[in-house]
Amino acid sequence: MAANEVDVFAHEEKRNLELGGHVGFDSLPDQLVSKSVAQGFCFNILCVGETGIGKSTLMNTLFNTTFENEEASHYQSEVQLRPQTYDLQESNVNLKLTVVHTVGFGDQINKGQSYKPILDYIDAQFERYLEEELKIKRALFNCHDTRIHICLYFIAPTGHSLKSLDLVTMKKLDSKVNIIPVIAKADTVSKSELDKLKIKIMSELVSNGVQIYQFPTEDEAVAEINTSMNTHLPFAVVGSVEDVQVGNKMVKARLYPWGSVQVENENHCDFVKLREMLLRVNMEDLREQTHARHYELYRRCKLEEMGFKDTGPDSQSFSLQETYEAKRKEFLVDLQRKEEEMRQMFVNKVKETEAELKDKEKELHERFEQLKRMHQEEKKNLEEKRRELEEEMNAFNRRKVAAETLMGQALQGCSQPFKKDKDKKN
Amino acid sequence: MIERPETAVPSIAQRNLEGYVGFANLPNQVYRKSVKRGFEFTLMVVGESGLGKSTLINSLFLTDLYSKDYPGPSQRIKKTVQVEQSKVLIKEGGVQLTLTIVDTPGFGDAVDNSNCWQPVINYIDSKCEDFLNAESRVNRRSMPDNRVHCCLYFIAPSGHGLKPLDIEFMKRLHDKVNVIPLIAKADTLTPEECQLFKKQIMKEIQEHKIKIYEFPDTEDDEDNKLIRKIKEKMPLAVVGSNVVIEVNGKKVRGRQYPWGVAEVENGEHCDFTVLRNMLIRTHMQDLKDVTNNFHYENYRSKKLAAVTCNGVDTTKTKGQLTKSPLAQMEEERREHVMKMKKMEAEMEQVFDMKVKEKKQKLKDSEAELERRHEQMKRNLEAQYKELEEKRRVFEDEKVNWEAQQRILEQQKLDASKTMEKNKKKGKIF
Repeated sequence: MAANEVDVFAHEEKRNLELGGHVGFDSLPDQLVSKSVAQGFCFNILCVGETGIGKSTLMNTLFNTTFENEEASHYQSEVQLRPQTYDLQESNVNLKLTVVHTVGFGDQINKGQSYKPILDYIDAQFERYLEEELKIKRALFNCHDTRIHICLYFIAPTGHSLKSLDLVTMKKLDSKVNIIPVIAKADTVSKSELDKLKIKIMSELVSNGVQIYQFPTEDEAVAEINTSMNTHLPFAVVGSVEDVQVGNKMVKARLYPWGSVQVENENHCDFVKLREMLLRVNMEDLREQTHARHYELYRRCKLEEMGFKDTGPDSQSFSLQETYEAKRKEFLVDLQRKEEEMRQMFVNKVKETEAELKDKEKELHERFEQLKRMHQEEKKNLEEKRRELEEEMNAFNRRKVAAETLMGQALQGCSQPFKKDKDKKN
Repeated sequence: MIERPETAVPSIAQRNLEGYVGFANLPNQVYRKSVKRGFEFTLMVVGESGLGKSTLINSLFLTDLYSKDYPGPSQRIKKTVQVEQSKVLIKEGGVQLTLTIVDTPGFGDAVDNSNCWQPVINYIDSKCEDFLNAESRVNRRSMPDNRVHCCLYFIAPSGHGLKPLDIEFMKRLHDKVNVIPLIAKADTLTPEECQLFKKQIMKEIQEHKIKIYEFPDTEDDEDNKLIRKIKEKMPLAVVGSNVVIEVNGKKVRGRQYPWGVAEVENGEHCDFTVLRNMLIRTHMQDLKDVTNNFHYENYRSKKLAAVTCNGVDTTKTKGQLTKSPLAQMEEERREHVMKMKKMEAEMEQVFDMKVKEKKQKLKDSEAELERRHEQMKRNLEAQYKELEEKRRVFEDEKVNWEAQQRILEQQKLDASKTMEKNKKKGKIF
């Protein structure tokens, strides 16, 4: 089939044309949006932070609801990830929200491997998506996207800077996921301490080369707000689901003897900023970054690992078919080689054993020959001896005969004189 | 219509929100981003020359895509079917659309039109292949979508039904691209003729099981009512015009006849507005989605199945299509390893048996040898003993005889001595 040899005549320049009236394709974005809304959206948040730092509370506060979450103990032997999915709806927008908590993070004595389960989980979601993407019959548009879109890293408000566990973990995760660091339980930090802490944290992140998520500033509609928010990172947050009476309103707050920390008061904490950035302004960008940047990086590494290349040795680019066919050929050749090897090994084994057995046979044969020779020798000996005996016997017989003949004669002679005597006497 | 995906995540709970969270703003974010990205659409027009394809395109997009400087393909005489594409960038309301019009001059114009659809099929497939290759690269950058999203098929207004060429073409292309059949130059049919013609065409389409593009049902009942109305008008009868005429003080696009003006955008004159609304204003995105999720996936899975299963028995491919070609190869590798193991075990067995046989034979030989050797030894020993015995007897005999002889000798000696004595004595006589 000459699919690539189509006689296509293409006008090279892309012309800009003026429209003579209202055509109507300006509804395209609306068409796209209504389709997306009908399909529903997915959003996956990963919360990384020590036990008890306020992750669940913050999630509840962010989404104005109570997600079920058992309190974790400090005695987990290793970090575990617990994902939970919820169907939320607001106006006509359906959101499938998955919240993943790290249970037991920072509790072990040796935290060297703490980041690993997190990394593995993120990779596993990428792998799941990649697997679906590579299938022959696939259903990408139906697939539930479980890839992590945002990682909220909770920094403890104690101390004056980041802990080494924080740095290590964020460094390992920054090329895999969008990270937004937040200072948790910010109501324990005073304003001046907070400013110092923020500066210290940011400079440490920069000096350690940790790439955190930057709110995008290319889109004019949101450039301004995003740029200003970028300067407030990391957000100092406070979470609360309890309503407290302040003035004549009921607000979410934490009640202390010395006052109440109002969650949605921008003077008290950056909660509102976080919610604004995360949910109201940049949610789509987070999803896009995950897909276009982090996922692509993972995919690229994975494919290269599997031996896929875009260009051949003579830098001619491969088509998909060529790539797969090449791989398949390689694979078949490999299988055949293995088969050959096995057969060869067998042939060798057979030859060896045959040789061994033949040697044994020869040995036996030789022994047999040797015994035969011995036997022959013995027989010869025996024959010799027999002959000797025969000879002796013959010689003896001859003597005997001779002696008897002599004796016979002698007797005759002897008997004659005796006879004479006898006669004389007579 | 779009199914809710199944999830492997254990707990999915419905949650009611107690206050405004804000993710309802998400569609707006999506809106903004899509506007920023811009849109692409590829429209293919197929039909015999002179059916008004170029004019319709100009009318649809209210622009001079085909003009004196860029004449439509009909103006050129083609000997064979060719595929021509023109790319234009049009903007409206802040939305940018890169529109690619693919024309097929020469289609159906030859005397022998066998296989005149082949260049069209080749074009569509090659665009799918381009996308497949771009999608499958290790380094993916931007993936321009040049796949054909919609194919407008122009039916000549004979009034009698579809021609064999029409049927053949639509049958071959309905599973590769969204096909929308149109009745061209509808101003040559009266409304009644048009109705009959449409009925006849739809009947033939159903008879031949041709799958033309179907409008999806929405959740909104109002929209569904409109959609049903449109469906009843299929195939749409259209009229196009490059000329703007003044009618009753209004400037309209239309065709001026001595007996009146056939207005393009008048719903009672033709279905042009329906087409434009459907194609551009309401279903453009759906056409793209169906192309991507259905036609393209079809092409892709066929292509990959061919790559994976070349040379392999295709009767067992049912379960294999749920994997990627690599997973497929992995499984084959595992099967092969198992097969080899079995083969190895069998060969080992045969080998061991043979070795055992041979060894047994050797052993038997050895035993036989030993036995014979023993026998011979005993034989020899017996003979030796016999000989010994004989010798002993002989020796005894000899010793006896010799003893006897000595006695006799002594006797003889005595006798001769006596004789001597006697002789001495006897001589006296």
